[in-house]
Amino acid sequence: MWVDVNAIVTNQITKSFNGFIAVNEIDISVKEGELFGLLGPNGAGKTTLINLLSTMTRPTSGTGTVNGFDVVHDSASVRAVIGVVFQSSTLDEQLTGLENLDLHGRLYGLSASLRKKRIDEVLDLVELSHKSKILVKTYSGGMIRRLEIARGLMHHPKVLFLDEPTLGLDPQTRLHIWDYIRRLNREEGITIVLTTHYMEEADNLCDRIAIIDNGRVVALDTPEKLKSALGGDVIILTLDTPEDAKKFSRVCKETGYVSISTKDQTVYISVKKSEEAVPEVFRTAFTSGTNIRSITMRKSTLDDIFIHYTGRGIRDELVDDITYMKYKLQTKRR
Amino acid sequence: MDAMLSFQTVYTMWLREMLRFKRAKSRIVGSLATPLFFLIILGTAMGSSYNIENYKEFMAPGIIAMVLLFSSIFGGISVMWDREFGFLKEILIAPVNRFCIALGKAFGGVTTAMIQGVLLMIIANIIGVHYKSLLGMLLSIPIMFIIGIGFISLGIALASKIESHEGFQMVMSFLTMPLVLLSGAFFPLSKLPDWLRIAVHLNPLTYGVEALRFTLIGESEISIVVCLVVLTSFAITTTAIGGWLFGRMEV
Repeated sequence: MWVDVNAIVTNQITKSFNGFIAVNEIDISVKEGELFGLLGPNGAGKTTLINLLSTMTRPTSGTGTVNGFDVVHDSASVRAVIGVVFQSSTLDEQLTGLENLDLHGRLYGLSASLRKKRIDEVLDLVELSHKSKILVKTYSGGMIRRLEIARGLMHHPKVLFLDEPTLGLDPQTRLHIWDYIRRLNREEGITIVLTTHYMEEADNLCDRIAIIDNGRVVALDTPEKLKSALGGDVIILTLDTPEDAKKFSRVCKETGYVSISTKDQTVYISVKKSEEAVPEVFRTAFTSGTNIRSITMRKSTLDDIFIHYTGRGIRDELVDDITYMKYKLQTKRR
Repeated sequence: MDAMLSFQTVYTMWLREMLRFKRAKSRIVGSLATPLFFLIILGTAMGSSYNIENYKEFMAPGIIAMVLLFSSIFGGISVMWDREFGFLKEILIAPVNRFCIALGKAFGGVTTAMIQGVLLMIIANIIGVHYKSLLGMLLSIPIMFIIGIGFISLGIALASKIESHEGFQMVMSFLTMPLVLLSGAFFPLSKLPDWLRIAVHLNPLTYGVEALRFTLIGESEISIVVCLVVLTSFAITTTAIGGWLFGRMEV
């Protein structure tokens, strides 16, 4: 018998709100056991895509399946096999960690003995056993996120969705959460789909990454392949004026470089080996009469990939996370 | 099996309300202070100023109904807080029937409201309000249940539609206060001008107050049968609407 090894398949899935297209004809397939990343700036459509796949909203058009179940026609079956950790807390803060987990187990139809066993297991996994009997409202941000992950795992989901799992957490806690995510994926074999706007996060964790911008997938591959597609290095030139930068990038394009982008008076050029490319870049600058103020070389990162595909940096339009969280809270209150 | 799962869902949601109630016990018992002040001060003052015999007895069922109304509407509206604090998503994403969730929420809230109602009934008795019989007191409890279910489902229905705090304030001032004042909790129904009598008779809470008056002091201006029919129909209607609106909610 032919076995479907895709945990998630979408076919032209689309969601629009009052004419605004949040998710635009996205086709992705996620393999079973894969750690799949959706990378993009805020508002790119990542959360909407997760909401579609977790049956929280219905697609305007197109289809999607999770574990073989259609997200519209068989939404109850989808819900039974997924775990979701939303961007903001969905715990009952008036209850203890233990009570939150127990209620979750009950809602998913787990027997009393299974509930007890699973609660011990998941609390152990996220190292919260010693805090399980205190009220969630006294938890720190990192503890809340860990408890949410634990709760999402209670019912042995086949697919776990993590929406911005480390948003607003300190670097140390972030590393911890990464560690849990990796262990879940490797040891328990859970298919994980996570959204993030942190490059390092996608780069460090994911087997494959879909870069999403304006509701569309603009690139999809392993982090390594995405990076090597541009060449391994980046040369960064600072020129006198933004006009110079634009002019110079045009000249370079004619010379035949793969990827060039500019930001203010800075020019980014992707090359295979920067040591070999630098003299040539200098020559080009000299013949076109461009004055170089400074030059830097480094290995290319996902940031460069993002700039290459979307024409701008992922953080350009981003206020810092705290401002963003405040904004989210305000809009939620309204 | 399906019935079992539905029951489990209702029970889980009830259990959650009870866990929350356990923590808020002192606050909920404390909230009985205001109605008791009403009963003691207003009840005594009105009775002696206007020479009405047993005004406290007349007023007690009204005050109990008022507490049930506040507690129930508030319990239903708390769906709004669940949305605000995110827990609603956790419930709505679970592979369970949403009507059962709304029902569990309603049973949880009504349990809290009934505990408050029964406590008030007993405290009033201790401080000198005389009831007709113990049986009457016991029969009041199922009536409290029907009143509570009706208004809590109304609260759930409203919370499914209202998305803001301002909306909540509006409900509290434009719904609950008129319902209490137009319920005959504080005055007899017989000598009202036409416009007021019509308004009072259109108010479902009136039938709750009258039903409690029948069971507690043995007198009511509206027949107990009419009261029970109206209250039950109201409860079934609001539960159907509340469950339906709750089921359609998107977070």
